[in-house]
Amino acid sequence: MSTTVPTHAGDDVADPGAPLLSAHGLAKRFKIAGGAGTPLRRGPRRHVQALRDVSIEIHPGETLGIVGESGCGKSTLARCLSGLDAADTGTIHWQGRPMADGSTALERARRVQMVFQDPYASLNPRITLAQALDEVLLVHALASSRAERTERVDELLLTVGLAPRLKHQLPHALSGGQRQRISIARALAVGPQVLIADEPVSALDASIQAQIINLLEELRERLRIAFVFISHDLNVVRHISDRIAVMYFGQVVESADTDALFAQPAHPYTRALLAAIPQTDPARRSLVPALAGELPDPTAPPRGCSFSTRCPWVVEACRAQEPALLEQAPGHAVRCSNPAARTAGGPDPFAASTGESRVPTR
Amino acid sequence: MSAVAAASLLEVEDLRVRFALPGRHLVAVDGVSFRIEPGEVFGLVGESGCGKTVTCRSLIRLFGGSPPKSIDGTVRFAGRDLGTLDAREWSALRGSEISMIFQDPMTSLNPTMRVGAQIAEGLQQHRGLGAREARAAAIDMLGAVGVPAAERRHHEYPHAFSGGMRQRVLIAIALACRPKLLIADEPTTALDVTVQDQILKLILKLRADLGMSVLLVTHDIGVVAQTCDRVAVMYAGKIVESGTTAQVVTRPAHPYTRALLAALPAHTRRGEKLRPIDGEPPNLAQPPAGCRFHPRCAFAVEACRAVVPPPIEVEAGHRSACLRALEIG
Repeated sequence: MSTTVPTHAGDDVADPGAPLLSAHGLAKRFKIAGGAGTPLRRGPRRHVQALRDVSIEIHPGETLGIVGESGCGKSTLARCLSGLDAADTGTIHWQGRPMADGSTALERARRVQMVFQDPYASLNPRITLAQALDEVLLVHALASSRAERTERVDELLLTVGLAPRLKHQLPHALSGGQRQRISIARALAVGPQVLIADEPVSALDASIQAQIINLLEELRERLRIAFVFISHDLNVVRHISDRIAVMYFGQVVESADTDALFAQPAHPYTRALLAAIPQTDPARRSLVPALAGELPDPTAPPRGCSFSTRCPWVVEACRAQEPALLEQAPGHAVRCSNPAARTAGGPDPFAASTGESRVPTR
Repeated sequence: MSAVAAASLLEVEDLRVRFALPGRHLVAVDGVSFRIEPGEVFGLVGESGCGKTVTCRSLIRLFGGSPPKSIDGTVRFAGRDLGTLDAREWSALRGSEISMIFQDPMTSLNPTMRVGAQIAEGLQQHRGLGAREARAAAIDMLGAVGVPAAERRHHEYPHAFSGGMRQRVLIAIALACRPKLLIADEPTTALDVTVQDQILKLILKLRADLGMSVLLVTHDIGVVAQTCDRVAVMYAGKIVESGTTAQVVTRPAHPYTRALLAALPAHTRRGEKLRPIDGEPPNLAQPPAGCRFHPRCAFAVEACRAVVPPPIEVEAGHRSACLRALEIG
């Protein structure tokens, strides 16, 4: 099966040491309808700053996890990286060269593909699975004849663990897990080198989630695809990612190797996020919420650090100037200017539940 | 009425809910029995389609547009048999002694009514408060569920509230009349993890302050472990295991519960493969014979295909509906 999905690796290797995909200083602002005005006069036009100065790198074959809560900008980042949306400022590079340099839109689509959260909404309900996959092969001219396309459709279905006999079904006949497999097959059809998965398992039940995560990990090993895995579920992100970037209010507030992030979370928001995940150990309960307050109004961001409105370690300096994302250890960057807050980390809330598997294997 | 029945706040016995489909019927809840004690948080956990929401809705007979064909079994609340209530008695009970909050805070509020009025409505209806008293009580309630500046915000419409704040408003509506039982169906599933954490801890605090019981429905075993006193695990319309949270989560005695826990990423080291449950849940219109989990069960033996397993007590208060419960417990 290792030859079923061609990758376009080596198309135009510019700089072998450069990251496969990188973004530098991305910013993206959305206009929203005028605010409260009178019936005759609209309120002032307002803007939501969805991304503010986001820089990330994805190296060949690695998995970058992006975590954060609704409105933190993680889906906007995914759409900018995949070319579905254009950033207002900042650049996206492919193998060290600007993404758009000498490439067509179709070529760019073959480099980076996306899998979306809701497999019910992302498949056309009126065409069969075979048609959905066939369309991709046709548009990208990835097969020379109808017979070859049919063969490729069968191979793709097998690649994602579905029986080819299902190919004449419409999406409604499939379960959520099966639909998500089809979404993955459709993304793989063009042989991408980067797959961006935006909450790919959030709509699925726990037992099916595990099937899809295993499939993604298998594909990563077999096809050597790099992954950007976006989720609000830290347990899932921890399992699948090599590195993790934590986003809050349109910015990356901390990024580190997975083990380092969980062992020494340095940003107060990262620690709150870790503490808020309901652990399956009933002996470790707390009655105090991990984080108080709400996200700031995105149309009127706070001055200085965007987390300063909720941070238990906030000092006057935090409100005066926005902290920069600085490396505090090799590969571990934090956007926090208060040294006391960065080193206030308590014990790893995950240590007990992940170090030892307490549940016997079947 | 027996002494035990009088002690439990809610007693559900052999609940069976059937829905009519074209040409056949579907038993969504099949012989479910459980009890909730005063002041207890009781969890009902399971995956989509296992019957946990239908169970909740059967307790208060609210089904929206698709009522079931039949509801059999007995439901006793504070000693009263709810099967005998007429429509007027139901409206007096709902929102007053039993309240329910739903999964989606975006669609459960009236968008054309100020939130304060939505909270006050129940107080005027059930407690006979005047408009001014009800308004004052509504503002107190908003403050109690952690909505900042309640004095000002009770005057706003739902669209002005975030998802977490709307869920707080729903909780305020549900709790305004000080119900004895709060039924919360996936109350935090649509919310972010830090907001979920705030809401669950709020429910626990209000339980302690008001002494109410809570029936918490969720698919998330982590949520159960962090909030429930006792829990029942549902699979394909039946309760397969029940006990205290510590019993069920740390010493699971049913293969389904064990498999569900083992499938969680938190229970697998990084770099190891996850252990999903093979296959998919059964179609309830044609459930498998014998134990409904047997086609996916690693412990299944020949007898599992023929016999519907009765609940077996594996330790005091801990039951598992598995023929091999004592071997695997």
